[in-house]
Amino acid sequence: MPASYPSYVRRSLTEPKPPPVATQGGLTFIRARLFDTPLNGALTILTGAMVALLVWPAVKFLLIDAVWEGGSRIDCLPQTIGREVGACWPFIKAKLPQLMYGFYPEAERWRVDLTYALGAVLLIPLLIPRLPYKSANAVLFFGLFPFVGFFLLVGGTFGLPQVETRNWGGLLITLVISFTGIICSLPLGIVLALGRRSSLPIIRTLSIAFIEIWRGVPLITVLFFATYMLPFFLPGSWKIDSLLRVLVGVALFAAAYMAEVVRGGLQAIPRGQFEAAMALGLGYWRMTALVILPQALRLVIPGIVNSFISLFKDTSLVLIVSIFDLLGQLRAAFADPTWATPVTLFTGFAFAGMIYFLGSFGMSRYALSMERRLNRAEAR
Amino acid sequence: MGGDNQIGDRQASAPGGPRDLGTRENAAAIEIAGLDKWFGSFHVLRDINLEVMRGERIVICGPSGSGKSTLLRCINRLEDWQRGRVIVEGVELSADIKKIHDVRREVGMVFQQFNLFPHLTVLDNCTLAPIWVRNMPKREAQAIARHHLERVRIPEQADKYPAQLSGGQQQRVAIARALCMQPKIMLFDEPTSALDPEMVKEVLDTMVGLALDGMTMLVVSHEMGFARQAANRMILMDAGQIIEMNEPQAFFDHPRHERTKLFLSQILR
Repeated sequence: MPASYPSYVRRSLTEPKPPPVATQGGLTFIRARLFDTPLNGALTILTGAMVALLVWPAVKFLLIDAVWEGGSRIDCLPQTIGREVGACWPFIKAKLPQLMYGFYPEAERWRVDLTYALGAVLLIPLLIPRLPYKSANAVLFFGLFPFVGFFLLVGGTFGLPQVETRNWGGLLITLVISFTGIICSLPLGIVLALGRRSSLPIIRTLSIAFIEIWRGVPLITVLFFATYMLPFFLPGSWKIDSLLRVLVGVALFAAAYMAEVVRGGLQAIPRGQFEAAMALGLGYWRMTALVILPQALRLVIPGIVNSFISLFKDTSLVLIVSIFDLLGQLRAAFADPTWATPVTLFTGFAFAGMIYFLGSFGMSRYALSMERRLNRAEAR
Repeated sequence: MGGDNQIGDRQASAPGGPRDLGTRENAAAIEIAGLDKWFGSFHVLRDINLEVMRGERIVICGPSGSGKSTLLRCINRLEDWQRGRVIVEGVELSADIKKIHDVRREVGMVFQQFNLFPHLTVLDNCTLAPIWVRNMPKREAQAIARHHLERVRIPEQADKYPAQLSGGQQQRVAIARALCMQPKIMLFDEPTSALDPEMVKEVLDTMVGLALDGMTMLVVSHEMGFARQAANRMILMDAGQIIEMNEPQAFFDHPRHERTKLFLSQILR
């Protein structure tokens, strides 16, 4: 009997209503998100003050007080131009070829540019999800491009004069080491992670030993060992290019870290996924490639990108084995007396910082958008 | 319950139906002899002997920890064992990985937690194994997948991802996925126990449909309604042993063992 229902029982269903107006609109947003309590209001003001304190001097130094034209240190001295001096951009302009190519012969620099262009042409369509032929594109970029790049940059074949790697430098070195590290460390890391979870004791032990040894030593030690110690252990006639030794060292070092990132992803896959794949008759490799890895790698995209970014920046350590990457060339440029001014150092580091930031931030944002896209597809 | 023995009746009257297979040679789909298994020092399966004929539908029940899921998982060797023999469709299972794959190709399995592949669409879930295990052309695999999705009555969900489906729909996809390998035997490991009550029926209906088509089925389940309707043998397991095995009618109406009586009294309130 409806009449005898308690008063808290609904007698009819209600229609959905629009949300209260107060939660929409700009001013409400500011009040609700930034000044909703006295403490939050104070924090907002404090943060604002800190941003202003940091941003304003940076803008002043880099843009407003900066010197844009000039031919030598004279143009960047406060005495000569009669005002406070910010960044000395003519210095960067004068040293740009060095910062980009090192001592790569001027007549051959088109080869570096062509390699960059080729890389960009192959990489950009690979990064845009909507474009077709992804697998062909990936094969070209990961399979063919490294070899084409190698022959273009090193030369000595196809009528190209050889350019010794000792003459390479600047951003070229930074990009070559990071690119090699990135494309080698992921597959190697996957293999090591699978090896570490293998049921075969020999494979498992070897993988663990490899990972722990490489993770247990600093990258500087690895580079040092590869450059100065390795020649003692190899027969005298063996001459391995010093850049190549560093590349191998960096790739293996990064692979050990990558292996642990990937293993984290593998461990997050529920047992049921393995069992379902096995019950369908999939063997180990197919199960791993088709069911487990696609899920595991997706889970650890943030960790993978983290490793890539850290690798990209760690390349600057090659300076200690006398390979002059972007930072190395920069330091060499600082030594030039023609450009000795009080602001040269700051200008140079600001420039290098921006390049590293662009690379790292770019990777980070791209990975984030990829994560969102993958999650959107599968979410409810 | 008038329709209880519907399927059994149908079979008895159908010439060439699964019952008749019993008289043919090598009609056993599964033979388990003297199976013993330990988890560490825990004796989980104790001297199991079981023969399953082609077209038979066996429902295994029993308290949790009685080894019923483990027994099921031995049949496609998701679990190994220490003693005894398991022969599936004439292939004796051993550590030989090739034989294990041969058996798994012929035995479909449905899990309590569905275990669909979350990164693949429903259709891709169904075509994965036919394409990569049976080397079937993609187009043909898709046609078969759509047929089986039709059969479990969710053809319209083919392009969705598992997370976008309800539990009942996911379990029906899991059944379709197993059927796409065109298995001779289907194993169901508590297929409805992770489902909301509203969704149990749609999954059970699908399974009854399979039973009507003459599929050999081993079902670990406590759905006694389904057992009465579709099973032609009931097994009660406790402490790793088969305690009682009988036709459903007799099993429910005149249980012989005290353990069975106790168990039935607890689940059939």
